[in-house]
Amino acid sequence: MLTREYMLNWAMIAALLFVPLAAWTLDEPFIITLATKAAILALAGVGLNIALGQGGLISLGHAAFFGIGGYAMGILAAHAQNYEPLFGWPFLFEGSNQMPLIWLVAVAASASAALVIGALSLRTSGVYFIMITLAFGQMLYYFAISWSAYGGEDGLSIWVRNEFPGLNTLDPIQFFAIAYVILCLALFFAARLARSPFGLALAAARQNEDRVEAVGLTPFTLRLTAFVISGAITGLAGALFADLNRFVSPTMLSWHTSGEIMIFVILGGVGRLYGPVAGAALYILLEHLLGGISDYWQIFLGLLLLLIVLFARGGLIGALAGREKAHG
Amino acid sequence: MTYILVLEQILNGLQFGVMLFLMAAGLTLVFGVMGLINLAHGSLYMVGAFAAAAVAGWTGSFLLALIASLAAAAAAGALMELVVIRRLYRRDHLDQVLATFALILIFSEGTRWLFGSFPLFLDVPPYLSGPVTLPGGIEYPLYRLAIILIGLAIAAGLFLLIARTRIGIQIRAGEADREMIAALGVDISKLYTLVFALGAALAGLAGALVGAIQSVQVGMGEPVLILAFVVIVIGGIGSIKGALAGALLVGMTDTLGGVFLPRLFTLFMEPASAASAGASLASMLIYILMAGVLLVRPSGLYGGSA
Repeated sequence: MLTREYMLNWAMIAALLFVPLAAWTLDEPFIITLATKAAILALAGVGLNIALGQGGLISLGHAAFFGIGGYAMGILAAHAQNYEPLFGWPFLFEGSNQMPLIWLVAVAASASAALVIGALSLRTSGVYFIMITLAFGQMLYYFAISWSAYGGEDGLSIWVRNEFPGLNTLDPIQFFAIAYVILCLALFFAARLARSPFGLALAAARQNEDRVEAVGLTPFTLRLTAFVISGAITGLAGALFADLNRFVSPTMLSWHTSGEIMIFVILGGVGRLYGPVAGAALYILLEHLLGGISDYWQIFLGLLLLLIVLFARGGLIGALAGREKAHG
Repeated sequence: MTYILVLEQILNGLQFGVMLFLMAAGLTLVFGVMGLINLAHGSLYMVGAFAAAAVAGWTGSFLLALIASLAAAAAAGALMELVVIRRLYRRDHLDQVLATFALILIFSEGTRWLFGSFPLFLDVPPYLSGPVTLPGGIEYPLYRLAIILIGLAIAAGLFLLIARTRIGIQIRAGEADREMIAALGVDISKLYTLVFALGAALAGLAGALVGAIQSVQVGMGEPVLILAFVVIVIGGIGSIKGALAGALLVGMTDTLGGVFLPRLFTLFMEPASAASAGASLASMLIYILMAGVLLVRPSGLYGGSA
């Protein structure tokens, strides 16, 4: 059905493609980089939105997965550039500068972390869940700071961006293409997930836990699965983000990052599939425009966020596309 | 490793725990009474520290600085409650998290704009500086001892306030049944503002007291805020007793772990890697403690139902 939201989604995803293409023809690599950043941050938001929007799980610790993805890239690439194997036993495991392998490791590592953190945190709910995810995220942050083998507080720099077979990743538009395609795949996946039997059960668990239990499903398992998928996607975004900057540091794990990923979701509109795309694009735009005017641009970001939360709960998409169709 | 070192570290842990209690008490009261999760509590801690540093700079009096920290944080807290927080009580936790995260951005950047990015320094007054000799021959900084005593006195005062006074009864009634005490004629919105300002004042005082040991800078409240969350998760949300137990447990674990774990590791590792492995593990210790408590008691040591 051609609702306004549906058309808006297509317009946004087309704009995110069109702007860097226009910048490419005009030879403005900086704008391409900004668009790449928006696409990657949107991907992180799409990940969080599976837990937050679909599962109703308010995780304030998604920086953990974002950072683990980043460190997966940093560690593999650092070993590859120094020609040191990560470990030689029980099998030889060498570093790598191949993006597909790095993504695989990033997804596996962040999914495993999400499994452990989720299994512990989902024993609780409500405010406890918020605080515990926050605390686990912060635990990894302090761990990264004290882990001097991989740069500690200074982080890890990579000299050359990692490679993708058949593409020149150092060319901004080609790296943008990679991020954009992954974002589209993730959006497609999230949309399919929401309409799958699993997604419907997850939404039901958010709306009425008792009924879900009564029909024989286990809310805990549903939520944990959603949390793991969510963490894995955010981890993939972390690996891409680290590759964009060729740098990874504990900042990626800090709780401000968790808050920012959540802001992308909220600026766009909670529970909207394309909310993170709108939110991340708006965030980058604000950072770029306001950041040029004042060093203290986050005051305005704070005010804007406050106004959206207090008075315009649908976020950007809600304002443009009207109210969400009624549910729950 | 002598017993003096151990006792010294236990006192340090106690001092840290008492400071965490001042932070956690406000958070847990606000959650218990209003059902609100306030991420901006760390900003109130920062406001207190900056107010103290500014007043100490103008007047040179540490006592006035402490009073200023209480007053400024309470005022900032009351303002925050009146303008923003009271719109959030009926909202879900997600809205509360976002709105108070927005407040952090506003407070942090606003403070950076007013005071600049460089840390300020708050000096320990002469009558509280220098070491004292405790029974048993332990030399311990007088200022840290004073912090422990102030913190314990405030903890005792808070328990009395809640157990014995009219306000305390209203606070406990508010935790139990909001509608009922409103129906009994208590001005609930005034009570909420009061509770929020009280929690803010405690956070501000903690900021000022710690500011004299560390530096006063933007963002100083956030690490403490997250530790305070760990404290109330361990103690049980809404419970002052839990906050005290959790704060002391976290303070001790963090301090003793940071000192003794690297030493412990030297028993079976070479010194350099023992130091770094010990430090890494020590930095994670309180979160491991939290995970352990959650496995056994998901709603905290003194928590009712989550």
